[in-house]
Amino acid sequence: MILTLAFRNLFHDRIRLAVTLIGILFSIVLVAVQLGLYLGASKMITSNIDHANADLWIAVYGAKSFEDGGMLLTSRERHQALATPGVKAVIPLIVRFAEWRKPEGGSTRVVLVGTDAEDGGLEPFDLVEGSWEDIKAPEAIAVDRTYFNELGIKGVGDTAQIANGRVRIRAVTDGVRSFTQSPYAYTTLNRARALFGDGDGTTFYLVQTVPGADVKQVQQDLVNRLEGAEVLTKEEFRDRSLKQWLFRTGAGVALIGGALLGILVGTVIVAQTLYSSTKDHLGEFTTLRALGSSSGYIYKVILAQAGISAIVGYILGISIALIILVLSHNTALPMVMTPALAFWLFTLTVGMCAISALSAIMKVTKIDPAVVFNK
Amino acid sequence: MIDQPQPVLEAIDIVKELGSGAGKVRAVKGASLALVPGELTLLMGPSGSGKTTLLSILGCILSSTSGILRVAGTETTNLDSEELADLRRKHMGFIFQSYNLFPTLTALENVRIALDVRGQKDFSASNRCEEVLRDVGLAHRLRSYPGNLSGGEQQRVAVARAIASSPSIVLADEPTAALDGENGHAVMALLARIAKEQKRSVLAVTHDPRTLSYADRVVRIEDGRIVGEERRPDGLDAPEIADLTKRRKANG
Ligand SMILES: Nc1ncnc2c1ncn2[C@@H]1O[C@H](COP(=O)(O)OP(=O)(O)OP(=O)(O)O)[C@@H](O)[C@H]1O
Ligand SMILES: [Mg+2]
Repeated sequence: MILTLAFRNLFHDRIRLAVTLIGILFSIVLVAVQLGLYLGASKMITSNIDHANADLWIAVYGAKSFEDGGMLLTSRERHQALATPGVKAVIPLIVRFAEWRKPEGGSTRVVLVGTDAEDGGLEPFDLVEGSWEDIKAPEAIAVDRTYFNELGIKGVGDTAQIANGRVRIRAVTDGVRSFTQSPYAYTTLNRARALFGDGDGTTFYLVQTVPGADVKQVQQDLVNRLEGAEVLTKEEFRDRSLKQWLFRTGAGVALIGGALLGILVGTVIVAQTLYSSTKDHLGEFTTLRALGSSSGYIYKVILAQAGISAIVGYILGISIALIILVLSHNTALPMVMTPALAFWLFTLTVGMCAISALSAIMKVTKIDPAVVFNK
Repeated sequence: MIDQPQPVLEAIDIVKELGSGAGKVRAVKGASLALVPGELTLLMGPSGSGKTTLLSILGCILSSTSGILRVAGTETTNLDSEELADLRRKHMGFIFQSYNLFPTLTALENVRIALDVRGQKDFSASNRCEEVLRDVGLAHRLRSYPGNLSGGEQQRVAVARAIASSPSIVLADEPTAALDGENGHAVMALLARIAKEQKRSVLAVTHDPRTLSYADRVVRIEDGRIVGEERRPDGLDAPEIADLTKRRKANG
């Protein structure tokens, strides 16, 4: 009967129900989009780090993110690292901004990634055309489909000019987007060195440890051996990259601020409608109290109203968020939705509605059943 | 008087002050009253004499300023609002002048909610509610909403709601005031029958002289005090007490 009464109270006033649901829906969509974009941005920023098979990253001192390195590490650091106990492999990785000259003229910036997949470090991922073997061919390079326009090319076989040399598209990735808006271009380590005219330098060393090694200990040993270089765990490097792009630039703060605003607005709207609904049904709640119901029973009716609103509002909100997700797929900043985020949003909705119920519950605690005979 | 049954509700010297400061009113000024099973008692008196106030106190809805109230042997003096609600739930049924039905619930649901607040939620509770509604003559109106019922039908739903949980005490404030003659008689007959057949104590506040003929006992209140009580002599049928009252009035 608690659910029945809650349902009837809600559906009794359709307009108020609509306002409640729109409030929740608005809130969910806003929070979902903001956090979805946040996740999308995070994914862009960390996708290369996540795909690299490394326990530790050696970077030049002060490197702020994956894109911020130069080619300052040399084979000296490599030898020092290899001599460290617990280290199995030390794999060079080049990441550096470069000028891309389009075949039809004009230029743009790319992030050139030089990596030898057979080293087991970073293998170009999400390839939809060609393979990393193809990238080993002379002049070969892989770029993402999303950026064809920007790069002035149409597909595999097209050529362009990077720094000192000519490159030819041999493989294509899909969905490997760049937060800096400078597309990633993947080639081999040696071609990257050749293009930049630097025979020995590298941006990072990916360190793989022997099975069973204490990664923290290896990290400490490496720090002691290497001068002018930093040694970060995968997690540390991820966090540092995220901090650089999401917080130093303010982008993440704006996204999270938008989400908080969504929560706030949703809570206020739901609290307002639930309160006015409770006020309208106060006579009935008073009768219930006179009939001997405990106050807990009445709270449950109000909480059930909040809960039903939450569930319906969530279903509507998440559906719209998913539509936006699909629509954002081919934009510069695609939204991401994970089961964890969806679940978190549900918890948030229920929590938001429960908090909204507080003002209504405060109202019914003041019910005096004595007024029941005086109407 | 020989086997007078034990009272289920006993009020001694009830005083109630309402309002505060200059607007303070002594609505009940020392009223004593006991209710026994199997009787329909009418509480009659002029407007403002304290009938509703006294009824609210007897119903554990309002607490008295002083005096003692015992419900089924429990003294109510030091009980908090949840414990009072508990007493109401266990022992009482209420009927209101304006019915106080839930407009969004059907007749059956309106009765069921009275059992639901008592934690009786199973199928047999639902059956019991249907049975009670059938008993008050509403078998054909189970799924109707209050808005589609006549006043008399609504009040009968309210009666069903009051008795569904088998309370020992049924309290009604002006149950017939909003009803026309025929419906008023039907509801009073129902209350008298509930008292008789189901051995409950029924107390109804009323202005309505039409209700007299159904009473076992009439208690008169004036200016917050009980000023008189008439009892239908044993062995007389219900209508006779009405004659008795009429004769008394005629005699002056
Ligand atoms: N909340 C209140 N504050 C102050 N005085 C009140 C309050 N409620 C009732 N009274 C006064 O208490 C007295 C008794 O009121 P009560 O409602 O019990 O009378 P009643 O016999 O039920 O009258 P009626 O037949 O008109 O319903 C009246 O004088 C009334 O004005
Ligand atoms: Mg009254």
